[in-house]
Amino acid sequence: MFYREAGDFKISYNQDNQTFPIRFDRYRYYAVMVFAFAVVPFIINDYWANAIMLPFLIYAIAAIGLNILTGYCGQVSLGTGGFMAVGAYACYKLMTAFPDVSMFIHVLLAGGITALVGVLFGLPSLRIKGFYLAVATLAAQFFLVWLFNRVPWFYNYSASGQINAPERDVFGIIITGPNAPAWATYLFCLVFLAFCALMARNLTRGTIGRKWMAIRDMDIAAEIIGVNPMKAKMTAFAVSSFFVGIAGALFFAVYLGAVEVGEVFNIQKSFLVLFMVIIGGLGSIFGSFAGAAFLVLLPVVLKVVGADMLGWPTDIVAHLQLVIVGALIILFLIMEPHGLAQLWRVAKEKLRLWPFPH
Amino acid sequence: MKMKLTTLALGALMAAGPVMADLVFPSLSYRTGPYAAGGIPFADGYADYFTMLNERDGGIGGEPIRLVECETGYNTEKGVECYESTKGEGALVYQPLSTGITYQLIPKATADGIPIHTMGYGRTSAANGDVFSNVFNYPANYWNGASGVVNYLLESNGGDINGKKVALVYHNSAYGKEPIRTLEELSKKHGFELKALPVDHPGQEQKSQWLQIRRDRPDYVVIWGWGVMNQVAVQEAANIRYPMENFIGVWWSGAEHDVLSAGDAANGYKAITFHNVGSDFPVFDDIKTHVVDAGKAAGAGDQVGTVLYNRGLYAAMLAAEAVKTAQDIHGVTDITPQQMRDGMEALEITEDKMAALGMPNFGPSFKVSCENHGGPGLVGVNQWDAASKTWSLISDFKPTDGEVIGALVAEDSSAYAAENKIEPNC
Repeated sequence: MFYREAGDFKISYNQDNQTFPIRFDRYRYYAVMVFAFAVVPFIINDYWANAIMLPFLIYAIAAIGLNILTGYCGQVSLGTGGFMAVGAYACYKLMTAFPDVSMFIHVLLAGGITALVGVLFGLPSLRIKGFYLAVATLAAQFFLVWLFNRVPWFYNYSASGQINAPERDVFGIIITGPNAPAWATYLFCLVFLAFCALMARNLTRGTIGRKWMAIRDMDIAAEIIGVNPMKAKMTAFAVSSFFVGIAGALFFAVYLGAVEVGEVFNIQKSFLVLFMVIIGGLGSIFGSFAGAAFLVLLPVVLKVVGADMLGWPTDIVAHLQLVIVGALIILFLIMEPHGLAQLWRVAKEKLRLWPFPH
Repeated sequence: MKMKLTTLALGALMAAGPVMADLVFPSLSYRTGPYAAGGIPFADGYADYFTMLNERDGGIGGEPIRLVECETGYNTEKGVECYESTKGEGALVYQPLSTGITYQLIPKATADGIPIHTMGYGRTSAANGDVFSNVFNYPANYWNGASGVVNYLLESNGGDINGKKVALVYHNSAYGKEPIRTLEELSKKHGFELKALPVDHPGQEQKSQWLQIRRDRPDYVVIWGWGVMNQVAVQEAANIRYPMENFIGVWWSGAEHDVLSAGDAANGYKAITFHNVGSDFPVFDDIKTHVVDAGKAAGAGDQVGTVLYNRGLYAAMLAAEAVKTAQDIHGVTDITPQQMRDGMEALEITEDKMAALGMPNFGPSFKVSCENHGGPGLVGVNQWDAASKTWSLISDFKPTDGEVIGALVAEDSSAYAAENKIEPNC
């Protein structure tokens, strides 16, 4: 009824090509942006920032990054945790080496360094694909974690091998460390997420994105019609690792504050982000958000309902959580293999015709 | 993006919880995951002591105790979530039983003015109260443990371990890396040769490490393990027929479940400790009457008297005594986290006090001060008897190398203070 294209006339190519061509969609998007930027910072508290919003925002960035590589370019990667570690350690080294530089620049540079490392580990993708590439990226995961555990230079020779985020600011507002206000950390991550999502959205519907998708759908055919596979794959690895690196830097500096590489950036993290992408929807920016929200929120909601409201023993709740999350993942994969994003797309199609479907 | 609206609505629901005037003790426990074998008995002991105080005395100083349990799974992210969700309830002291989570919480809790007690784990240099105002690790820390092991080796070798080979099998994490620096210093001082062998999380794969031990034949093997890693290590040592009496664990590698699986082969395995073992203390009678028989025991109730249960009990006892001290100092019964901190800093545990609590000689007597948050660092040695399936104390609580440890604590804490621009607290 209200969600439809009728009467929404496009009179220029720009209007026709915009991200949200349907007016209602567009306004909803603006409303969410205004709400996220102008309302949430005023009502957010420590619990909401540290336990829910920060992990959601940061995992969403990582999921977008992996989605570009796996969802758009079709290169399966199990190295996300390792690449996040690169971002985290790059950020740490930069933060401690140049204390006066703004955190914005540190995080972006950390992303850039991760992009370089990503390209390096992406080189095998020129020769191998599918499961074999997954194993090659798995090697990146283990090698990078081992490296950060092994070489003391990366953790500034601290006794425990941990890295701790010192207090740093952006325009005089503390962003990292324990004294950072909740709204500042939230906004800082939100700015990066908005930037990454916009960039990813516009990359994926432009020339580069089409090349990625051509490679994903059939690399030989793509090569025949003039797509340079090396360039396409390398750019996908670079852009993807750039986002994942940003996520890793924020994960360490803003969210956790102290990181032990073997525990935080282990293979589990790679799988978690991969699950987010699969559950959210391969090849969809919205899917990255949905998948991240689903896997960040679900454990918290289950914990609140089970342990805090119903008063069940915490171990039973923790075990149930595994069962429920696992069952939901299987259920999703069977019922809707294209993920939450596809559910959303179907809902939108239905809404366009509602209430008079033919 | 729509998700955000629902999350927000849910948040409003959760934030509106009731605030009660209790003494709130959060228990960041882990009853699941690869470290649950150690997490369960500790959490049970911690909970049971508070339940007993509630049932027998009606709380501490007339204030009822509320224990808020939160499952971390030994995972730092869940630990952060647990910290944030419990700190608003007036949490008095955090005992996360995880070095990783402790590192997260040290700056956060210090900024929020909540004390942390990391008994025998966490950041060792937090013993320097001048820098770490809100962190306590009395009565002993990792470096005391490392020195305690070396002292024991010295003792059993007539004071000379020059040229001996010692292998350290450690959990490749902040926890396992903590003792290395101290052991290196001590190896220089006493002339023994140290070889460090890391084992990655969760610790099931140790074949190559033990192969190396079999080849090098070190005189002693020291293990800094936790969770499933301990059982595997004891089993591997038995497999290569390494003499068990030369195999010594830290206090986190010395519980019943660590050695039971190896059966008779584990006989003679040793572990250091900073508290007593067994259930031969009057306090266990009270726990039996008021908690276990009343059906109020935490968990399955089958852990009473195990090593880690006793450690949880000891941690709870020290927390309760700190509350009493804080109540005396400030003259109020419903204390705040800041007052709890003062109570912990003024805590004094004497033989008489422990005897009155039904725990005579349960741990060392000590006194905390503003400068020294680490206590005296007295370390004893336990030995496993596979036939009777019991641990028993074979060495009294003895002092450790304060000279070496003091210098390392000063160095590490001053580096932390400089990095984080911390003003001296005392």
